[in-house]
Amino acid sequence: MDLKDLYRDVILDHNKHPRNFGRLDPCDTSADGNNPLCGDRLTLTLRLDGDRVSDIKFEGKGCAISTASASLMTEAIKGKDGVAIKHLSTLVHQALTAHGDDSLPPAELGKLAALAGVREYPARVKCASLCWHTLDAALKHRTNSLGETPTGPATVSTE
Amino acid sequence: MEHHANIVPWQMLCQRTGATLKVAPIDRRGELDLATFKALLSNRTKLAAFTQVSNALGTVLPIKDMIAAARAAGALVLIDGAQAVAHQRVDVQALDCDFYAFSSHKLYGPTGIGVLWARESVLREMPPWQGGGDMILTVSFSGTTYNDLPYRFEAGTPNISGAVGLAAAIDYLDALGIERAHAHEQRLLKRATAALKAIDGLQIIGEANEKSGVISFVLDGVHPHDLGTILDDEGVAVRTGHHCAMPVMDFFDVPATARASFGCYSDDADIDQLVRALGRAREVFG
Repeated sequence: MDLKDLYRDVILDHNKHPRNFGRLDPCDTSADGNNPLCGDRLTLTLRLDGDRVSDIKFEGKGCAISTASASLMTEAIKGKDGVAIKHLSTLVHQALTAHGDDSLPPAELGKLAALAGVREYPARVKCASLCWHTLDAALKHRTNSLGETPTGPATVSTE
Repeated sequence: MEHHANIVPWQMLCQRTGATLKVAPIDRRGELDLATFKALLSNRTKLAAFTQVSNALGTVLPIKDMIAAARAAGALVLIDGAQAVAHQRVDVQALDCDFYAFSSHKLYGPTGIGVLWARESVLREMPPWQGGGDMILTVSFSGTTYNDLPYRFEAGTPNISGAVGLAAAIDYLDALGIERAHAHEQRLLKRATAALKAIDGLQIIGEANEKSGVISFVLDGVHPHDLGTILDDEGVAVRTGHHCAMPVMDFFDVPATARASFGCYSDDADIDQLVRALGRAREVFG
């Protein structure tokens, strides 16, 4: 285990300069995620074009891993449809939780592969996965109220 | 500066009984506002519950004064001693409180057991809180008579191995000399406080005049959880997070802190290693 595998330059950069930070108003769907044990909080707001995420922003407070993961996620999924997002989400989850597996993460993860160092720090996996769980809640929330404005934000808690 | 364990049960009690929970404020140093605490007491105060030492800040509260004031108002007094018992001698009779609670695992004992001491006259008036084996004298289908103190509060098979382990931990601390442990920790606390204050961008959360051996702190630009991972990598174990004391995190407007704690086993080399490891955190985060 090397700290540099966890805190790679991409992660430090996205922590210091988070992309797509803020709130979309109006938005088509949104969700709050929080990690009560460590206090990380995150709000996602999304604009949709049919099944495609046309725009996404996040805001919240958290550690470098959770901030960078959310920032990288917003970059990666913008423009993608539900099926592509689900596929990416599964790959990320596998990369984060493959404890003891030193094979390289799949190339299609792109920059998201930088998060794979988390797999050697089990206590930090939930920091990196919070945004993906929140995204899942936001997309499900939208599906449940198809054609209607969401009545309130969906919430997800990773404990 | 209370632990959730001394907040949530009282909120639950208030919901059940309609009682009102009043909270005494603290100041920016993390010290209790004793005058306001006293002003909040009245002849309608049923119970005053406070910690002896804050787990999140290290503040040692002026409990002798607080107990005297609460008892003078006619309230029962409960002390959360979880953070105190491993670090100073406690004499519940001299304190003159009604209840004193602590956990074994904060005293180097096993998890899953703790102690709730209560004044005998109070216990005599209390109904059993749990029914089962051992707490009875006789049982028939027409009724049950309860056993004497303390058995009436000890329903079911007790945590025997836990009690044996806790007794061994207490014997260990006694043999070591709790006053010696206290003096040792106080010396380390002073030295570490000075060392941490010298670090640029480091802010100590909780600077009460009288503290027990913990230092809660934040470092500019490094979230406490990242700090925890890096310190861990450097062989330094700290607690990070809200320390089950979310209201005090809100008060100081921090999402979490890192907290270095000193026990009878800590030494000067541990402080040096902590300072070095904090330097490493600075390097990683640039």
